[in-house]
Amino acid sequence: MRLLALCALLLGLNAATPALAVNPDEMLKDPAQEARARELGRELRCVVCQNQSIDDSDADLARDLRLIVRERIDKGDTDNDVRRFLVERYGDYVLLKPPFKQTTLALWLGPPVLLLVGAGMVALFYRRRRRTSVPPAVEVPLTPEEQRRLDRLMKETGQ
Amino acid sequence: MRRILYLLPVLIFVGLTVLFLKGLTMDPRQIPSVLIDRAVPEMVLAPLPGRGEDTGLSTADLKGRVSVVNIYGSWCVACVQEHPTLMALKKQGDVPIHGIDWRDDPEQGAAWLKKHGDPYQRVGADPAPGRTAVDFGVTGAPESFIVDRNGIIRYKHTGPITPENWRKTLLPIIRELEK
Repeated sequence: MRLLALCALLLGLNAATPALAVNPDEMLKDPAQEARARELGRELRCVVCQNQSIDDSDADLARDLRLIVRERIDKGDTDNDVRRFLVERYGDYVLLKPPFKQTTLALWLGPPVLLLVGAGMVALFYRRRRRTSVPPAVEVPLTPEEQRRLDRLMKETGQ
Repeated sequence: MRRILYLLPVLIFVGLTVLFLKGLTMDPRQIPSVLIDRAVPEMVLAPLPGRGEDTGLSTADLKGRVSVVNIYGSWCVACVQEHPTLMALKKQGDVPIHGIDWRDDPEQGAAWLKKHGDPYQRVGADPAPGRTAVDFGVTGAPESFIVDRNGIIRYKHTGPITPENWRKTLLPIIRELEK
């Protein structure tokens, strides 16, 4: 029982300590607004460290952007307003999830198209194999000439 | 038809190799700026202490003449490396260079200029959280923007200006805009 409690405690501790770069002094007073800022921060790219979100990153610029995101939320911006504000300055690059538009068609549609092409090729392969596979053999009796040859061969090997 | 099908994997491999080789030569820090051909962001930046008659940097100051806006900070290592080039450019006097002292204590930004030399005509302070720098889409220092005489951003240079990239890239653009 004690062991179980210890396990539960350890699990609980583990869950409660995600990697965080957000400092307490940056947080908004309203928990709902802060939650929105956190949510947004996770999908905005830290433009210096590139593969981290501003929510994850310890870079100074990431901190600046976190503050600015919170400032805008505090001023009454919607999530989309905040996104637009940053895209206007840093381009789509600032969004960790690229938007679906003409220039990103290959990015979004490439994998499913390739998957379909692959599936098509596999299907084609199996269909062709079935078509060209040998039909079940019908027993054809030996011709007299063949029978004579066979007999001769059998005799030669001494059977 | 069959033969082409057999060659397909090789062709795909060659195509990918070319693509990846090209990727190796690209600098992932060079992010295309969305501000090209857009007006300089609205800003009214305070001057640094002890820079004489400088009144700081605001949007209106960038109109009337082709100029370069250089983002620097006293904390910025690459800026020290870039600085001699800026000093040389000031001596040549081709084009006014303005500075934005980014994420910096204005006192320290001014002290840094005393120590390394002051290549700027105007300097505006943009202390943390660097709102003006964010308006410029700055990702690091140093970064430089070429602004035309109507106050439109025409080019962004990421990283230090060197005599070489000045001669090869930046100066031709400036000359073109001055026509």
